[in-house]
Formats: sequence, structure tokens, C-alpha cells
Amino acid sequence: MLLIHCPYCDETLPELEFAYAGEAHIARPLDPSAMSDEEWRDFLFIRSNPKGPHFERWRHIHGCARFFNAVRDTVSDRFLMTYKAGEPRPDLSKLEAA
Amino acid sequence: MTRFSAFAVVKNALTGHTGWREQWPDAQPKKEYDVIIVGAGGHGLGAAYYLAKEHGITNVAVIDRGWLGGGNTGRNTTIIRSNYLYDESARLYDHALDLWDGLSQDLNYNVMFSRRGVMMLAHNVHDVQSFQRHVHSNRLNGVDNRWLSAEEAKEFCPPLNIRADARYPVMGAALQMRAGTARHDAVAWGYARTAAARGVDIIQNCPVIAIRRGPDGAVTGVDTARGFIGAKKVAVSAAGHTSVVMESAGVRMPLESFPLQALVSEPIKPVFPCVVMSNTVHAYISQSDKGELVIGSGTDQYTSYSQRGGLPLIEHTVAAICEIFPIFNRMRMLRKWGGTVDVTPDRSAIIGKTPVPNLFVNCGWGTGGFKATPGAAHVLAHTVATGEPHSLNAAFTLDRFRTGRLIDEAAAAAVAH
Ligand SMILES: Cc1cc2nc3c(=O)[nH]c(=O)nc-3n(C[C@H](O)[C@H](O)[C@H](O)COP(=O)(O)OP(=O)(O)OC[C@H]3O[C@@H](n4cnc5c(N)ncnc54)[C@H](O)[C@@H]3O)c2cc1C
Ligand SMILES: [Zn+2]
Repeated sequence: MLLIHCPYCDETLPELEFAYAGEAHIARPLDPSAMSDEEWRDFLFIRSNPKGPHFERWRHIHGCARFFNAVRDTVSDRFLMTYKAGEPRPDLSKLEAA
Repeated sequence: MTRFSAFAVVKNALTGHTGWREQWPDAQPKKEYDVIIVGAGGHGLGAAYYLAKEHGITNVAVIDRGWLGGGNTGRNTTIIRSNYLYDESARLYDHALDLWDGLSQDLNYNVMFSRRGVMMLAHNVHDVQSFQRHVHSNRLNGVDNRWLSAEEAKEFCPPLNIRADARYPVMGAALQMRAGTARHDAVAWGYARTAAARGVDIIQNCPVIAIRRGPDGAVTGVDTARGFIGAKKVAVSAAGHTSVVMESAGVRMPLESFPLQALVSEPIKPVFPCVVMSNTVHAYISQSDKGELVIGSGTDQYTSYSQRGGLPLIEHTVAAICEIFPIFNRMRMLRKWGGTVDVTPDRSAIIGKTPVPNLFVNCGWGTGGFKATPGAAHVLAHTVATGEPHSLNAAFTLDRFRTGRLIDEAAAAAVAH
């Protein structure tokens, strides 16, 4: 079972308290009616699905109920870090060095 | 290739089983092939077989990063059925079911296809309505599927708990009698052996690192752990790893890879006559010919390539099985494992052309592609050989995520295949 650190509660808790919420940093379009079919496809359906570090959203559904972001290695399932929603996407090269 | 027969078995028994030969050679890569298939699962091996058999294309290599059949093909719970809602899916899966029927004879290899019936339990009003809709739609498509009352369901599968106070009450069930199970390894081995006999090279322990493209954008071959191998056409059939392989050709995919887990019990005498699926609680069960209960669960919630998964999911599945079949309460489980399944947004597969000339893809089978193996392999071979999709896979394009013409089995089934 994954142990996940909620950046709001500042506690590391079992996966059962959390709901996975898909890839992170996919911004909602600012001007939807101006979007081409290709852009809609990319926004709605295309996912990076990397084998390695993945930026993803989690929600502390049985705790503070807030969404936050995480970087997790999809091979080892190990969390590299979690951070609050709205914070910038962390620099991977620094994360891996740490 | 020596043919298998009752006579051969008896003859070898009398000579102490020393006369059996290797079933396929461990091929070394040639410089160039007409077709390279990335991924030696059932789908990739089957496509190689149909390329050779039906299209006369034998200069083919199937390349795998591990051993053949070691991906989801060798890890799945082998449920085979075709009672899907939409016309496109019903036709494709029923085509596969037609091929399953004659597969052992066709391959001269016993894939142990057993039409023992697959029963899907309805636990609430929504399930009842949704399954009855499937039954009606299947009838219109000529696909076998019928509705059973709870009592009829119990008659068909006596271990079932249909008491009104059950944790997961049974309000009825949909039964496809033509459906069943097959031996997963035998499917991979049977296709491998028969394809190899027709000249196909099966190259194992050779990861494809990247797909290479020429100045005109078309495919020229693949970079592998054993160097560059040229190809006129490349078909990617790499299940959970499809996003990674396709990315190397510059194609981003509408896929996410999730862990899917299964487990087996200690072997016991035959007690369980059919396959039972409970999509609502995500518990799937049948009994193998060896006697083990084969139990499948739902996907873990997060993406992963670990071929593992979390214990809470297994716990949930086993708890549900014990509620639905109280006689299994004291059974001991022997082992559990996971695969990496490639899931599309509409839960339907993608089989067809890609934006890259001479690059084809077969993926997105997610939690339910074993049942499709012969059908998918057959239409993939057609697509690669002729450059155009077969009528049965024409709707399963990559482009549907741009046009919006989805085949939304996800919405139809509310998950689980
Ligand atoms: C636990 C579990 C239970 C399941 N239960 C069922 C079920 O009951 N019924 C059903 O119909 N389906 C089921 N499925 C789904 C089913 O197993 C798959 O959809 C199906 O087997 C896919 O076949 P395939 O040949 O496409 O993939 P695979 O058998 O996974 O083959 C893909 C191959 O590609 C290879 N590969 C990947 N990357 C590379 C690379 N870079 N270079 C070279 N080779 C590469 C892999 O090693 C692998 O062997 C289940 C899956 C799992 C994991
Ligand atoms: Zn919290």
C-alpha cells in the first residue's frame, strides 16, 4: 500500500485515505470555442503516461478533502514529493539529484 | 514441426518422452524484415501467424523485451466473452469467439478453450437495467446472451449466495453460454509454434528502444538492445508499454497504464462450473482445470508500470468473493501477481493506422483483451498486410479521439471487462 504525504495536513497516511485524480498540470482551456479538434483531443484524451516520474493529482478524500499534486515514479511507485495545488511544476532534474 | 496427435503422445510415452523437440527456434535478428511486430503477447504472435497464413507474408519478426507471453497474456484470468453493448464491439468480440471455437484445430495446439458459460451478476437496480439492455442489444446483433432470475443463476452456479440479506444481493444475472475460458500460455505458445513453423522469427529478451523514421517520416525499423533492425512496416502491440514505444516515434497516445491484479487459491476438486463476474464489486472467479480458483480484481487507482499493485484491492476482492460464495471462506490463497494494462478513455481498443506511414498500432485492450486475442490478431494482420483496416476494426481508430466518434463501452458497462 502506498504511503502518501498530504502537504496540507503535513502527515504521511495510507493510500486508502486518498483518491487518485489523474495527470497534473493539464490546464483547462482559456478560450474553449477557439480550440481545434486536435487541441480538444490533446486536452481531453492524450496523457503522457510516462514510465518514470509522473506528475499527478491526488485528493485527501477521507481527510482534509483537498486536491494536491505529487511526483511519483511509476516503476517503483515511490513518491519523490508532494506539493500544494497551484504551486509550480517542480524541476525534475533537481528532484532526482536530491 | 512435428504434428501433435494422440498417436504421437502414445509413441513418446513408450520411449520415455525423450523424443520431443523444441517447439520453436530461439531466432537471432536478421538485418531487415518486411514486418516487425513489437510485443510477443498473444496479439502480436497471433498477428504474425495470420500474416503468414492468410497473407503469405513470412519475412516477419516478433520482438519482445522479455519472454514470449510474459506480459498480460500470461497474467490474465482468461475470461472470454463477447456480450458487449455497441455494434462495433459486439462484432469484433464475436469474431474472436468464432475463431476461439476452431483455434486448437487450426493451430494443432490445445488451447483448452472451454465454453463453460460466463455469468455476470446484477446486484442493484442499475445493474439489472444495464444488463437487460445489453441482453436486448446483443440479441439484435445475433450475440448469445440471456437474462436469468436469481434462482436460475443459483441453479446454474450452486455455490452462489442469493439470500436476500446478503452483503451483495443477487437480483439476477446475464449469462452468455458461448463464453468461457482458455489456457493463456497455450495461446501464446500455440501461435508462436505455428508462426515459427511458417518462417516467422521470434526474438525474445530484446527490448525495442525506439522506432526509427526516415527523412520522409515513414518507418525504417527499430533500435533494439541488439542493435538496429530494418523493417518496411512496424506494428506495435505492446499493451501496457504502448505509450512509451509510440512516444519514440513521436506519437502521443490516449492511454494510461494501470496495475491489474489477480490471484489463485490452492487446487481443489471441481466445485465451480462456470465463470462468474461481479462488475459492480470487481470480483471475477472461475476454477482452472488444475483446480485452483482463479480470482481477478479491478485496477488500482493510480498509473504504474510496476506489475504489482496494492494489497487493499486484493483484500476487497477476496472479501467480496467470500460474501458471494460463502463456501470459499476457508480457502487458502497461493499467490498473487499484477500486470500493466493500457486503458483508453472509452475503454475500447485501438487497432489501425497511425499518423506515421507504415506504423500500425494495436493497443488499449486494457483489462479485457485476452478474449479478443484471435480476433484482434486476425484484423491487425489484415490491416498491416493491406495497409487498410478490416471492416471489423475500421471503427477502432486512433483518430476517433479527435473526431469524437467514441465506442463508449466505458459508459455502457461502467467499467470492467
Ligand atoms: C490480472 C489480469 C487479468 C486479466 N483478465 C482478463 C480476462 O479475464 N479476460 C480478458 O479478456 N482479458 C483479461 N486481461 C487483459 C488481457 O490480459 C490483455 O488485454 C491481453 O492479454 C493483451 O494481450 P497483448 O498480446 O496485447 O499484450 P501482452 O501479452 O502484454 O503483450 C505485450 C508484450 O509487449 C512486450 N513489450 C512491451 N514493451 C516492449 C518493448 N519496448 N520492446 C519489446 N517488447 C515490448 C511485453 O513484454 C509483452 O510481452 C487481464 C489482464 C491482467 C493483467
Ligand atoms: Zn490532507
